[in-house]
Amino acid sequence: MVHTSLDVVDEKISTMGKALVDQRELYLGLLYPTEDYKVYGYVTNSKVKFVMVVDSSNTALRDNEIRSMFRKLHNSYTDVMCNPFYNPGDRIQSRAFDSMVTSMMIQVC
Amino acid sequence: MEGLTLSDAEQKYYSDLFSYCDIESTKKVVVNGRVLELFRAAQLPNDVVLQIMELCGATRLGYFGRSQFYIALKLVAVAQSGFPLRVESINTVKDLPLPRFVASKNEQEARHATSYSSDSENQGSYSGVIPPPPGRGQVKKGSVSHDTVQPRTSADQQEPTSPVVSPQQSPPTSPHTWRKHNRHSSGGNNERSLAGPGPFWSPFGEAQSGSSAGDAVWSGHSPPPPQENWVSFADTPPTSTLLTMHPASVQDQTTVRTVASATTANEIRRQSSSYDDPWKITDEQRQYYVNQFKTIQPDLNGFIPGSAAKEFFTKSKLPILELSHIWELSDFDKDGALTLDEFCAAFHLVVARKNGYDLPEKLPESLMPKLIDLEDSADVGDQPGEVGYSGSPAEAPPSKSPSMPSLNQTWPELNQSSEQWETFSERSSSSQTLTQFDSNIAPADPDTAIVHPVPIRMTPSKIHMQEMELKRTGSDHTNPTSPLLVKSSDLSEENKINSSVKFASGNTVDGYSSSDSFTSDPEQIGSNVTRQRSHSGTSPDNTAPPPPPPRPQPSHSRSSSLDMNRSFTVTTGQQQAGVVAQPPAVPPRPQPSQAPGPTVHRPVDADGLMTHTSTSPQQIPEQPNFADFSQFEVFAASNVNEEQDDEAEKHSEVLPVEKASDPASSLRVAKTDSKIEEKTAASVPANVSKGTTPLAPPPKPVRRRLKSEDELRPDVDEHTQKTGVLAAVLASQPSIPRSIGKDKKAIQASIRRNKETNTVLARLNSELQQQLKDVLEERISLEVQLEQLRPFSHL
Repeated sequence: MVHTSLDVVDEKISTMGKALVDQRELYLGLLYPTEDYKVYGYVTNSKVKFVMVVDSSNTALRDNEIRSMFRKLHNSYTDVMCNPFYNPGDRIQSRAFDSMVTSMMIQVC
Repeated sequence: MEGLTLSDAEQKYYSDLFSYCDIESTKKVVVNGRVLELFRAAQLPNDVVLQIMELCGATRLGYFGRSQFYIALKLVAVAQSGFPLRVESINTVKDLPLPRFVASKNEQEARHATSYSSDSENQGSYSGVIPPPPGRGQVKKGSVSHDTVQPRTSADQQEPTSPVVSPQQSPPTSPHTWRKHNRHSSGGNNERSLAGPGPFWSPFGEAQSGSSAGDAVWSGHSPPPPQENWVSFADTPPTSTLLTMHPASVQDQTTVRTVASATTANEIRRQSSSYDDPWKITDEQRQYYVNQFKTIQPDLNGFIPGSAAKEFFTKSKLPILELSHIWELSDFDKDGALTLDEFCAAFHLVVARKNGYDLPEKLPESLMPKLIDLEDSADVGDQPGEVGYSGSPAEAPPSKSPSMPSLNQTWPELNQSSEQWETFSERSSSSQTLTQFDSNIAPADPDTAIVHPVPIRMTPSKIHMQEMELKRTGSDHTNPTSPLLVKSSDLSEENKINSSVKFASGNTVDGYSSSDSFTSDPEQIGSNVTRQRSHSGTSPDNTAPPPPPPRPQPSHSRSSSLDMNRSFTVTTGQQQAGVVAQPPAVPPRPQPSQAPGPTVHRPVDADGLMTHTSTSPQQIPEQPNFADFSQFEVFAASNVNEEQDDEAEKHSEVLPVEKASDPASSLRVAKTDSKIEEKTAASVPANVSKGTTPLAPPPKPVRRRLKSEDELRPDVDEHTQKTGVLAAVLASQPSIPRSIGKDKKAIQASIRRNKETNTVLARLNSELQQQLKDVLEERISLEVQLEQLRPFSHL
């Protein structure tokens, strides 16, 4: 399902054209009949895509919340990128990054 | 030794302390150094400590046996309770509280005590004592430790009990083992692990003592702070890490780092003496780090790029993951580069890690850039320009200074305190970078701190101000943007006022390009302002900076008329059809000299003609061709009768023109239309102004308009006739005043005609504006279609 969402993100990017920096690309439409989850996409300047899958069981997250989460995610990601020891493409093992993500998840849940 | 009776809590406590001090896990003898540290942590005067030592018999024995140790602890408690130290007091003093040691340790001890009373498993106090360096297994460390031990032993004459500092690579799990009950077998490991740091630690104490030229055994130890630190180390993991780190750092320096030299190692050893904060960097350490920094980056104030730092720290052979973590911790400002402070922090962390200390989750305070600077101002160099900014490839400090105040109000405040400044700069370097760059882009002009387009105001004065601001800022961005904004802005701005002010964008562009020209020519500025307004009536105005005082209204009105001329000329130039209703009254004015005073009619008719789009063309030729005026006047006279027809024609001409331009480019049409409208609008007001204002003033602007129109002359062909009409009108108008003396009635009639032309022009203006709006709508729709088509093109 994540891959399908990635395809959707790619499709969106292609259609966007000039506005590549889509700060918030809410794609709420991807609701599988059984899965009942929402997928949010976010593309950075460098075409790095963040895909967030949210279970719709909990109260639907507000758009602003999703956006703020993506913003924080983006900031943390850039911090990770700054590390010269980090090879782009590797699995991110930054503790700070993980802790940020975890705290974010906890906050939402 | 007197018998020593200890309560259960005391027993436990003392055992733990003993285990803590029993680095060599001899279970019998406690390292003197550690004991000394412990006693120092008790915050007792040295003489008291000595007394205790004596009483417990350690001095006699030369070492601290368990019994001696316990007695000593008891005596410490006694002393801390304020009781005189007596051998008998050991047992006589009842309800003696457990000896208290250094605050941090005390807390742990207090916890310990309580825990002892409650839970014998409370090993927390010792957990952090000395986390056995995981990396102890390295033989190299062992060898180095031997080396360190030897010098220590040699230097250590005050500690006869310097146990064999076998660089026992403490088991990696020592921290955890420490956490467990020390008395357990794991404690043994811990003890062994302690042995590692212990020996090193004592050397440090020794070294320090040596450096401090301590006499007594106790005093010989490193200054109380370090010892206390050591104790505090015991209490807190970081402290212990520092202890082990230092030895490890020494080892690392010598082994891992090829740069390490014997002296350096010694330095490091000495440096590793802990301060209050286990993560603090000693001066010697710092000096070493600074030297290392210099090898990479000669400029102490500069940055070490991430790649270079990566190379350097990779040499330490730490796993990439750990290096990555260290980087995360040390790169405080997240800029991908290390300043001196950051580098020292990273280096320190690497050393610690090498020695087996776990990396903290977050940067310790002592390693934070500002703290480091505070501690080591000497090494860090000049504070003001520091923080790597001055040397950083980022914006030059000078640019920063002028721009910073504008960009960052806090800069001056920060500069006041170097540390804060440094901290701020480091922390905000990344953010600053951006701002600094921006500031760099703009000329170092304090006034141009903020350079972004400012919404053009409607009021002429403000427009002037804006123009002045734009000019002053001189920044490329503002200038290009503002004119662009002006041009791209809505064309359908207020026409009445704006139109008068509006001028062909071309003029404005030129004006912007040469800001000086603006200043030099107020009229031009006004015209520019008007242009801006016309183009972007409500669009964000040009530049924010305090604009120059607005032009005087009267002149502005004149300039407006002048702008009209220009707008006409420009619009005509731009318009392919170039048929913009231009202030009819304008063109004729400049021609007074030549214009024979045909009459009021002509001016009126000319005005009417001028209302047509052809005003601009008429204006253009007017000036250079004064002679034409006579012809135009005649023509105008003839046209006067057909004023209305002409108007209609002009209108139709305008429309076709507009339509013709539509296919060409909606944008252009829009622009031209706007310009046309602007011109017409300008013309209308101009005419109105002309009608109302004294005849003398109008001629001047008219002349100028003609001049501006001249610029556009080559672009317009149709304008000739129209301009001729206009010229005629203008000529007639100027002629009026001359004839004042001759015929007041004629003047009055001319005034009436002017008013009529004004009204006509106003009507025309409104019509043109409507046309402009329509065209704009068409343009918008076309643009939308274009955008819609674009994505498909990508697909």
